[in-house]
Amino acid sequence: MTANVIGKAIRRKEDPALIQGKGLYTDDMKMAGMLHAAFVRSPFGKARILGIDASRATELEGVHAVYTAEDVRQLGPLLAQVAIGALRPLLADGTVNHVGEAVAMVVATDRYVAQDAVDAVDVDYEPLEAVVDLEDAASDRTIANDTNASNVIHVWEVGDADAVAAARATDGAVEVSVKMINQRLIPTAIEPRSALADYNGGYGNMTLYSSSQIPHAVAGALGKTFGLSSNNVRVIAPEVGGGFGAKLNYYSEEALVTFASRELGSPVKWTETRREASVATIHGRGWVGTATIVGTGEGKILAYELDALSDMGAYTQNFTVAIPLLGQYVAPGQYDIPIHWKVQCVATNAPTTDAYRGAGRPEAIFYLERAIDAFAREIGMDPADVRKRNFFEEFPATTAAGMLMDSGDYGANLDKLLELADYQGLRRKQEEARAEGRTIGIGLSTYVEVCGFGPSALAEGGFSWASYGLPAAFNGSGLVRVNPDGTATVMIGTGPSGQGHETTWAQIVSEALGIAVEDIQVRHGDTRDSPMGIGTFGSRSLAVDGSATSQAAEKVREKAARVAAHMMEASPDDIEFADGGAHVTGSPDKTVTWAEIAEVAYQPHRLPDGMEGGMEANAVFSPANATWPFGSHLAVVDVDTTTGDVTLLEYFAMDDCGNVINPMIVDGQVHGGLAQGISQALFEHAIFDEDGNLLTGSLLDYPIPTAGDLPSFTLDRTTTPTDVNPMGVKGIGEAGTIGSAQTVLNAVIDAVAHLGVTHIDMPLRPKRVWQAIHGNGA
Amino acid sequence: MFSRQFEYLAPTSLDDALSALASTPGAKIMSGGQSLIPLMKLRLFSPGTVVDIGRIDGLGDIVERDDHISIGALVRHNQTASDPLVAEHATALGQAAAWTGDHQVRNRGTTCGAMAHADIAADQPAAAIALGATMVARSSSGEREIPAQEFFVDALTSALSDDEILVELRVPTSTNGSTSAYDKLGRRGGHTDYAVAGVAVWVQVTDGSVSDARIGVTGVGTRPSLAEAAASALIGTDGNDEAITDAAALVTDGITVIEDLYGSVEYKTHLAKVFTERALRQALAG
Ligand SMILES: Cc1cc2nc3c(=O)[nH]c(=O)nc-3n(C[C@H](O)[C@H](O)[C@H](O)COP(=O)(O)OP(=O)(O)OC[C@H]3O[C@@H](n4cnc5c(N)ncnc54)[C@H](O)[C@@H]3O)c2cc1C
Repeated sequence: MTANVIGKAIRRKEDPALIQGKGLYTDDMKMAGMLHAAFVRSPFGKARILGIDASRATELEGVHAVYTAEDVRQLGPLLAQVAIGALRPLLADGTVNHVGEAVAMVVATDRYVAQDAVDAVDVDYEPLEAVVDLEDAASDRTIANDTNASNVIHVWEVGDADAVAAARATDGAVEVSVKMINQRLIPTAIEPRSALADYNGGYGNMTLYSSSQIPHAVAGALGKTFGLSSNNVRVIAPEVGGGFGAKLNYYSEEALVTFASRELGSPVKWTETRREASVATIHGRGWVGTATIVGTGEGKILAYELDALSDMGAYTQNFTVAIPLLGQYVAPGQYDIPIHWKVQCVATNAPTTDAYRGAGRPEAIFYLERAIDAFAREIGMDPADVRKRNFFEEFPATTAAGMLMDSGDYGANLDKLLELADYQGLRRKQEEARAEGRTIGIGLSTYVEVCGFGPSALAEGGFSWASYGLPAAFNGSGLVRVNPDGTATVMIGTGPSGQGHETTWAQIVSEALGIAVEDIQVRHGDTRDSPMGIGTFGSRSLAVDGSATSQAAEKVREKAARVAAHMMEASPDDIEFADGGAHVTGSPDKTVTWAEIAEVAYQPHRLPDGMEGGMEANAVFSPANATWPFGSHLAVVDVDTTTGDVTLLEYFAMDDCGNVINPMIVDGQVHGGLAQGISQALFEHAIFDEDGNLLTGSLLDYPIPTAGDLPSFTLDRTTTPTDVNPMGVKGIGEAGTIGSAQTVLNAVIDAVAHLGVTHIDMPLRPKRVWQAIHGNGA
Repeated sequence: MFSRQFEYLAPTSLDDALSALASTPGAKIMSGGQSLIPLMKLRLFSPGTVVDIGRIDGLGDIVERDDHISIGALVRHNQTASDPLVAEHATALGQAAAWTGDHQVRNRGTTCGAMAHADIAADQPAAAIALGATMVARSSSGEREIPAQEFFVDALTSALSDDEILVELRVPTSTNGSTSAYDKLGRRGGHTDYAVAGVAVWVQVTDGSVSDARIGVTGVGTRPSLAEAAASALIGTDGNDEAITDAAALVTDGITVIEDLYGSVEYKTHLAKVFTERALRQALAG
């Protein structure tokens, strides 16, 4: 370590362009002759398509084409990594199985004409009975998608049912069960999806701009769909305005604009409207289940059981069926306890679910941590003490879900949180408030997260990329090049959507090479010049691709040290890098700048004998294990028991993501994660009627959190590095979300428990809280 | 999110706007555009012509005149929320404007537009009713005054006819002993977003007893409306806690409370009572 850039809250290199509105997103791209696509979408949860009459649409001036299933059937259904259950046809073929399913694609000269044409396509539907309620669907009374024999398309199960039975039979065992809904959510990135395809028949090349988290994977999938080699497909994800997992799919619209561009010989663009986004992009969560804790009156947990259903929606897409498996990995949380954990994957007549910030892990931790709170209340013990009694203390630790957790220090983390929040003081204030007629609640949750996806072994468990035509395992790479002027260019295979990779990666390389952060440019998102990568999701980029980049920087440093040593007639071991150049240890006036080093490096005749020219290196990193960040959160709420209105007063988060490269960026990730978890607790809910109509299909009825809805968060962290990657980093993109929804819910229950309330399903909209308190049909 | 084609007119005088309205069937007025534009983008409403009144001078002021204050057609929510005349004479309207939407909406949307739009859960209409305000409607054939309590006809339907522009909202100036207040539960909780239930009250206290009162309710029924029974029950009392509770109990009399995503009939009925009590306590304390 020479430069001390790592660990500094350096301002984001990304922001000057973004805050001036000069960042370029897919929808900003304009091309000569560009046409616009729009989609005719199903108004029914389930229906047979009796006929499609596009004649009125094709007659409109400016309409170039209307495509239906017949035109694209040969391209096959949408690819999925875990292809269990019905796959999505690119355009509905014979039946529609959820509201918003694409039935036809219109291509026209502008977006307004395209929308006029959409309105002019007459589709004759015969509505069929739909099923959206999870328990109803699991009974198979109505089959949601007739391609499936049963709505239950898969079951994930881990642990030991006998151990739970034995725990139950223990003398004096206390058992607490809570049936809970973890509601369906609509991931709402500020930038909706957008795709622009440009097929050049002369070169035989396809270029797709797409608002995607996974440009390389989309390139692979497009190549497979259209029979094009890697040399003929280029995918560019320019600025991406949020993804949250919802842009971690190869989507049918990406394939369809590509198809249309090839057919019509013109660039074709489609940008999702906000309403369309609520039915055409994947949803998240959507679980119902019963969590049970069996334990002693002294707070020792003897067993934990979960029996749940998880909503897959009508079609299986990329990782749809694998999402609960991510939950299974963290099923026992921070606790050294026996478990029996079972989640059934259930198809319904609703949009597909897939990864949404946290993906399976928020659900798993929600059930566990909510149940632990209920158990603590039942035995009359402080919820913090119950948690502490059951923590893993030795690491690495093998959990009852069969996973090896790298490192942790759970007790210290929780203690630091309780101190930060002045937990005892809060408990006193809670009593004082109650005496004054105010209803305050304090909620806690701990969590572990599994992330940093890269370990090759996970590919066998279901997290493979093979079906998109990529290498199966989640590896990462980074390429570091020093340019002749002494600046550096870093190329990475991730697909950031706001995580600040350009800054963090510059810090990593600056630390190794002593080149100023301003002189390092980090490029990503263009498959033509980025090295192979999978993308940005699962809090993986830093731990995997970041590690690769640090290794690549290390290789460059070693070579540069030899070049500098040659130039200054010193030993490579005595070369240090700082302030934009190299110097000889102990002789600070003996220096060469990076530009001078590069000048020599690009002229092999000036290099030591046998040394190759150039100054760049690539590295591919495959970690031995995932990483296991953890933390604990605490919320304080005020409940107006007369109206049911909940006010979040304070929120404390103590996260541990191992070593930190840029604390400001880490805090930012926590802030966003908390906002989304808190919003699940208080606001968001994708509500369908029994026919499968989405009742919350616009932001008027689907409230996303704003700054005004949230208090200032109080953050701190503990630092427990991992040894599975060279930088000791874990991941922080999802932690805030995983820790927060149940923290708020536990606080609300803590506030109103004295009124006889034991549970309220999220979101904690005033009407529900009021119903629960007043016993009116809660 | 892409509207149908429409003609756009931006007259610079009220007369031009009125004659455009009169001569163009299906033409619609746009003031702040905060409700009209979203409906057009969703193609739920597609007027053939939009007449933007935003460039007409003289409609953007709040002034005191004779026995009332006048709020012009282009007065924005944020202006209503921070105006001293409104604070003095129409406290409830100022509160309702302050709790309308977010800053962007309040900087564009107009108080008169919120009236004309007649959303069942809009905030300011409840205050207009409680304050006994008058809507001044003008067409090319003349001007008429419509009492606020008769203005809100049904969901998204006001008493304006197609060729009329709401040019002004008049609120009687307060006399000694009259006060008003508004309170609500917003759809996002607290005071944020449209009202799940919102209640505006106006009371006149003479010699220690309530000599007159009006209560306007929004969010719970099919239109913002006057709660006559509750107001009558309050008149003649000294406004003590019991009188407030008794009056509030009658607040939804004559109102058909409807269930929606934000609450059952029972819950909304309950909220209407709670906010009647809270608003009355506030007004009577002030
Ligand atoms: C994000 C968001 C949040 C909101 N939250 C709230 C809230 O919490 N509470 C609330 O009450 N409202 C809320 N609104 C609605 C907001 O108050 C609107 O601004 C208001 O309803 C309409 O005023 P406007 O000037 O924008 O009217 P416009 O959108 O221009 O017009 C609305 C309708 O009224 C007609 N109209 C407008 N002005 C006149 C006139 N002078 N004469 C005749 N007809 C006219 C138009 O023809 C149109 O039919 C919200 C809106 C948005 C977009």
